[in-house]
Amino acid sequence: MKKLVCMILAMVMALSLAACGGKEEKSVSTDGSTSMQKVINALGEAFMEETGANFTYNATGSGTGIKAVNDGTCDIGLSSRYLKDSEKAEGLKETVLAIDGIAIIVHTENTVADLTVEQISAIFKGEITNWNDVGGKDGEIVCIGREESSGTRDGFESITDTEDACAYRQELTSNGAVLTAVAENPNAIGYVSLSSVKDTVKAISVGSVAPSEESIKDGSYAIQRPFVLVTKEGVELSKTAQEFFDFITSSAVNEIISAAGVVPVN
Amino acid sequence: MRQLGEIMKSNKAFEKIVHGVFLILGLVTVACVLLITVYLVISGIPAIIEIGLWDFLFGKVWDPAAANPQYGILSFILSSIYGTAGALVIGVPIGFFTAVYLSKKASPKVKELMSTAVSLLAGIPSVVYGLVGMVVLVPGIREIFNLPDGASLLAAMIVLAIMILPSIIKVSITALDAVPKEYEDASLALGATPEETWFRVSVPAAKSGIATAVVLGVGRAIGEAMAVMMVSGNVANMPSLFESVRFLTTAVSGGMGYADGLYRDALFSIALVLFLFIMLINATLNFFLKGEKK
Repeated sequence: MKKLVCMILAMVMALSLAACGGKEEKSVSTDGSTSMQKVINALGEAFMEETGANFTYNATGSGTGIKAVNDGTCDIGLSSRYLKDSEKAEGLKETVLAIDGIAIIVHTENTVADLTVEQISAIFKGEITNWNDVGGKDGEIVCIGREESSGTRDGFESITDTEDACAYRQELTSNGAVLTAVAENPNAIGYVSLSSVKDTVKAISVGSVAPSEESIKDGSYAIQRPFVLVTKEGVELSKTAQEFFDFITSSAVNEIISAAGVVPVN
Repeated sequence: MRQLGEIMKSNKAFEKIVHGVFLILGLVTVACVLLITVYLVISGIPAIIEIGLWDFLFGKVWDPAAANPQYGILSFILSSIYGTAGALVIGVPIGFFTAVYLSKKASPKVKELMSTAVSLLAGIPSVVYGLVGMVVLVPGIREIFNLPDGASLLAAMIVLAIMILPSIIKVSITALDAVPKEYEDASLALGATPEETWFRVSVPAAKSGIATAVVLGVGRAIGEAMAVMMVSGNVANMPSLFESVRFLTTAVSGGMGYADGLYRDALFSIALVLFLFIMLINATLNFFLKGEKK
């Protein structure tokens, strides 16, 4: 009996000690867009190296990240779209971190190498249904997109003006799944974050402008969207979180952001 | 004497503590089930009330992101039912005959080898089924049926059929193995061939066990999300064999990450519908299990 009491006491003490340790540790938590995974992890690693603070990132999705900031469950939210007016009305504040291009991808054997935004729009709306209408080989076009509330889909549809009008054959839930599906089907067309494009597919040029860092930065590549940091107005960030925020919005980290495949704006 | 009494006393106290601990652990499980049920009902009902039960269950259009959102889940319900039924049509005959073969005909060595293979099949994570389906099955269906794209209800049926095989085979084997040898001996002694004995004596004797196996398969098929999501295309069409479809499970898991407002509530309502489906299946399962005991 005594032993048991001793053990329980020891455990309680150990736990309370651990809790104390946690408070003293410097840490910053981020939550949100899966598209921003690559860039935010690279920035987080650099920040940890520089300051020794702890950095965490939850890849949940723009909507969840915005909600998490609003609920106070993370320091900084990550969104791959601008905030909606309803979200701004809740007191949330956006800071653009970088710009991401959305690449239009087709199968590597597809002979089509260039489409205009209008053509892309017509293809996804189902107005153009055969590749030979846009200069390719005969074959029914298969449109592959993302799920209803994906940031990439939202970005793509708002830029190409195809909101609620897309005739998708498949709606997949990640960039990787879209890449795989397009790589498997010679007649497929899809869209993914430029940073996740791989050799298994071909990223076509839009209006004769190939997707690249330069063409996104100078605005000539049409299909692009912002990577946004979300904070809550009136709520002061913790010291470490503020440090992190200042660090990643400084021009010193531009190289890291570029290395992650997106274009820095600060 | 006094010492012995003290030991007895402390033993009793110890027993009480242990009893308490086990009770608490048991209650945790019950509490989880209750919590999930209550949570699902509470978060699922408001959207159904707002949308209207009829419009929700029998509406044909699902378009929550539109300016004028519509929340009809009939296509999901039918896709889930058709997909599960298709998986059974493909999976049950294969599973059933495999079980009969392994239980009655196969040599012990073959039985051991194949049983191991079946167990391995059960242990493969569903995301792997989905990936293989996406890279092999979907392009295969596109080539064979000369379709623009292979992600379809058929692909989901085939993947689900393979996924339910282990539970059907294993439970059926257990049921067939449990048939008393005297039944079979008597049949053989009367001049029946081994095949006649298996299908006329052993299988009818094990029928409630086999029925349980099928119901287990239904439960697994209707609740599967990951593998289905990767091969079915996920477009909210009314079900058709070669068209892209969305199941109840994939509607919830695909939308949950980003949804908000009524859309999010509607996803909980879909989860509630799915939950009721699975409860129904469990009730059927219990019914069969009780039948077996009698």
